[in-house]
Order: sequence, then structure tokens, then C-alpha cells
Amino acid sequence: MMNRILIWLALTLLAPAAIAIDTGEAFDDPVLQARYEKIISEVRCVTCQNVTIRDSNVFIAADLRREIRRLISEGKSDAEVFDFLVTRYGDFVLYRPRLAGKTLFLWIAPFFLILAGGIAISRVVRHRMTLPIDDDAIEEGPTR
Amino acid sequence: MNRYLLPLIAVIIMIPILVMGLRVDPSKLPSQFIGKAVPEFDLPTLKNGFRNFASTDLVGQVALLNIWATWCVGCRAEHEFLMELYRAQTIPIYAINWRDNRGNSIRWLQQFGDPYVVSAFDEDGRVGIDWGVYGAPETFLISAQGTVVYRFTGPLNRSIWEREFVPRIAALTE
Repeated sequence: MMNRILIWLALTLLAPAAIAIDTGEAFDDPVLQARYEKIISEVRCVTCQNVTIRDSNVFIAADLRREIRRLISEGKSDAEVFDFLVTRYGDFVLYRPRLAGKTLFLWIAPFFLILAGGIAISRVVRHRMTLPIDDDAIEEGPTR
Repeated sequence: MNRYLLPLIAVIIMIPILVMGLRVDPSKLPSQFIGKAVPEFDLPTLKNGFRNFASTDLVGQVALLNIWATWCVGCRAEHEFLMELYRAQTIPIYAINWRDNRGNSIRWLQQFGDPYVVSAFDEDGRVGIDWGVYGAPETFLISAQGTVVYRFTGPLNRSIWEREFVPRIAALTE
């Protein structure tokens, strides 16, 4: 009985390995592996566009992972790896777009929207502060 | 009246932005190589593993570079049209056979006809990445100086050809 439970437990724990997406060989150096994993979780898959290449098992994602692994093992820096991708596929592939002319709008838009929202709220609040406090109006309102 | 003016202006500004957003197809990525020199490669040819086909062979004439594979449904769809271009000797068509099996690819060309001057064999897809390929078929228009002029993603047909390629080729050969 105990054996059977252990076998089931072992199978359950091993199961996720069977659906692993990244079947490439891991780096021996944990530092390089960590860099690799961070990079692939920030790169958009070009055919399945709302997924990172870490989470996609289409072959082009596997190809890109292989190229990134190669670049890292050749001693390239993170910036050089991202450069490699951007020159081929454009800023679009980066989930964290770089601050540059074309992507400037992406970076400043949120601050602009917060500012616009803040101005709108302050205007509404100021307007309401000028209204007389008049609870009677509610009580005397039409009743049904 | 004044209190509606500001929101109205905001809506009027937003409408063209949203309409533009509807017209953009996010699955079509712009090529990063338009106006730039063709990405370098040097690959064995599909039919003869001892001969190579290099990016430098593309220089000297206005040509097409077609990315294809036998697993690609769109490539089968456009093949007949590529054969038409070939028979009419419209433009030399070069190719990269991308992430495919050599035997299958040669058989495909025997069966459906070979519209290509030469097809490079990019087995592991590395040159495809260098060209920013994200799905087959893709067709690049290349100038005589070896710069990428235009890329079309998806299967070619007569009307796309007339609309997207003919005017560009005319401009290049003027």
C-alpha cells in the first residue's frame, strides 16, 4: 500500500518535467543560467505574440532560446543579446521596451494619463466644495 | 455647455488614434531591414550540399528572396503563383528553405515544379532569424545594390503582386 502511494507521488512530482517547454541544456554556471532565464522571460514570441519565448513551445521560440543561449555562452552582455534581437525583430520583441525615440511615447504616456486624471479629480473636488451642503433637498425630494 | 467641451475635445482626439489602432494588424511585424543591406549568410544549397549560396550572390540584379518550407501551408498556396512568375521570367526568385527536411523539400520541388534560381538550405533556422523571419512564407524584394526594399509576409498571389511588388520593381528598374 505504502509502495503504491510512493509510486503515485513520484509520478505526480515527475509529471511536470514531461511538459517542460525549454528542453535546451542548462548552463553549468548558475549565474549564467539565471541571466538566461531572466532574458527569455522578457522576450516576446514573434509568432504567438502575447507569450514570452520562455513560455512558448513553437519552434521559432526554441530557435531564439538557442541563439540567446549561444550568445550568453560566447560571453555577450544582456544589452548585446537584446541588441541582437532588436536589430532582427524590432523593439516589439522586448517586453520592457528601451527608452528611445520611437518608444518614448510608451514611457511618458502613463505619467501623462496620471497627470490628466489628477487634474480632472481636483477640478471635480473643487467644484463640489463650492456646492452648498443641503441635506434638506434630499428629504424634500419626490417620494414614490 | 462649457463642462461638456473638454470631454468632447478628448473624445475627438481619441477617435483617430483608436481608428488607427483598428487598422493595424498586430500579427504583421515590420521588417527591420527595409533600406538596409541584406543580412549576410553563406549556406549550402538545397539540391547540392557541396555548393553554397551566399548573400553576396544576391547583389547585381533586382530579385526576390522567398522563405519557404514543406511544412508551411501558405507556401503550398503561393507555389503555383511563383511558378507563374518563373515561367513568365518576371524576376529571378532566390529562396531559403527554412527549417525543413532536405529529402522532403527536394521531392516537393520535383512534384510541384522548381521556380527558384537556387534555394539555400537553412536546416536549423539560424539564417531565418538573421533575416527577422517569423513565419513562412515571407518574400523579400532586393535591389540590384543588395538592399532590402520590401518584405511581404504570407502567401503571394496575383493581386498582391500587382499592388505591392510591380510598382516597387518598376521604381527600381527605372
